[in-house]
Amino acid sequence: MIVDFLTPYLGDQLAYFSWTLIKVLAILIPVTLCVAYLTLAERKVIGFIQLRLGPNRVGPKGLLQPFADVLKLLTKEIIIPNGANKFLFVIAPMLSLMPALAAWAVMPFADGLVLSNIDAGLLYVLAITSMGVYGVIVAGWASNSKYALIGAMRSGAQIVAYEIAMGFALVCVLMMSGSLNLTTIVETQRTSLGFLGWNLIPLFPMFVVYFISGVAETNRAPFDVAEGESEIVAGFHVEYSGTTFAVFFLAEYANMILIAALASLMFLGGWLSPIPGIPDGFGWLAAKVAFMLFFFLWFRATFPRYRYDQIMRLGWKVFIPVTIVWLVLIGVLMRMDWWPW
Amino acid sequence: MFGFIRDASKTFLLTELRKGLMLTLKYFFAPKITVQFPEEKTPQSSRFRGLHALRRYPNGEERCIGCKLCEAVCPALAITIESEQRDDGSRRTTRYDIDLTKCIFCGFCEESCPVDSIVETRVFEYHGEQRGDLVYTKEMLLAVGDRYEDEIAEDRESDAKYR
Repeated sequence: MIVDFLTPYLGDQLAYFSWTLIKVLAILIPVTLCVAYLTLAERKVIGFIQLRLGPNRVGPKGLLQPFADVLKLLTKEIIIPNGANKFLFVIAPMLSLMPALAAWAVMPFADGLVLSNIDAGLLYVLAITSMGVYGVIVAGWASNSKYALIGAMRSGAQIVAYEIAMGFALVCVLMMSGSLNLTTIVETQRTSLGFLGWNLIPLFPMFVVYFISGVAETNRAPFDVAEGESEIVAGFHVEYSGTTFAVFFLAEYANMILIAALASLMFLGGWLSPIPGIPDGFGWLAAKVAFMLFFFLWFRATFPRYRYDQIMRLGWKVFIPVTIVWLVLIGVLMRMDWWPW
Repeated sequence: MFGFIRDASKTFLLTELRKGLMLTLKYFFAPKITVQFPEEKTPQSSRFRGLHALRRYPNGEERCIGCKLCEAVCPALAITIESEQRDDGSRRTTRYDIDLTKCIFCGFCEESCPVDSIVETRVFEYHGEQRGDLVYTKEMLLAVGDRYEDEIAEDRESDAKYR
């Protein structure tokens, strides 16, 4: 109806375009705010686990800290190293941020509340998030620094390895729901049993594999060898400062929220309420995403960084065989009609 | 074989990872030990070695007799003293500088002083805004001493029986 309201002023196509633009902004601005507060939450959670209080000086209870950080980063100088490929160096942060934000296009926030409800939604998410690795690799190469290059190579190998396990884990979800449409995937988890109907219960091992692969995909601790500040300074973003660094930071956290949101949609029943009788809604999705995000921060505060060869071993020799076995098992069970769900 | 099954189930059930996570979760809810500095402060010993001060006797006469023991003992060479005879025939310092940017707060000056003149107070929240601000002169040190005399005297008193 807002399109109808705009049409007399802007014409047909422009009205449609601006309405879409408004919807995009309605998603991106809250996502960016979530990123800002996720950085604060991270510092708070890690602080609490280390018996500290975390930032609590800027604004009430430290709630304005993210804005102070953003302001600091934006006012800092962007240094382009000698011998760096200027074009690629500047474009790399955008290459890593773009997929992290573009994937939100198909995210359903509640029943029917989605920017574009495409049928190949999950495929789109998988395809577009795979693009994120280019940002990291291009950044590492364009910096003309050995640390950055090592970080980029590590990140590339790691993401390739874990993408496969992640894909197989999602194939199990597809088998359960019989659709690539994210709204349908959530709706097939709707039963009269509340949370017992969620994919989490039959696919629990796949959920664990998916989430651990997700942590690896986003280069978060304990899989943060791409940054590895104790070995290779800061990995692919050593040479980045100011706004360009802020964009990498934004992309990393946007990816975390994305992985958490996907996990909630595919395994935790999205906006469905866990207890029968309580109404569904966006609040449940938000709560589930926050819960999954807490795991990211909790992992970071708990586990030491994996050694590089251990990461490769876990990805190729543990996750991929385990997911394939589970995939076959589910296939057989479903085929034989022994599947209770 | 049995050992293999036990190890494999330990690996796949993520036993040790869960143990680690539970430990950090326990600390997540534990009371925090942060001291919120400007509002809260940690307790100090009466032997705390902070900002230096030069003391006076109750009658207002400065204690320092210009023996230069502190200057000699100072391992960081932070103390500079010049002295001459005063009109009443006693030896007094004309210059007593401590460069706090050199000082390592070892307390040797205080220990070497035969008249308890140079002391280190509990004050640690001082600062300089320019180069040279932290070179404290005799007047500044005496002013610190006058300002904190009660606290200084009390601390010396409480520590006296262990000396």
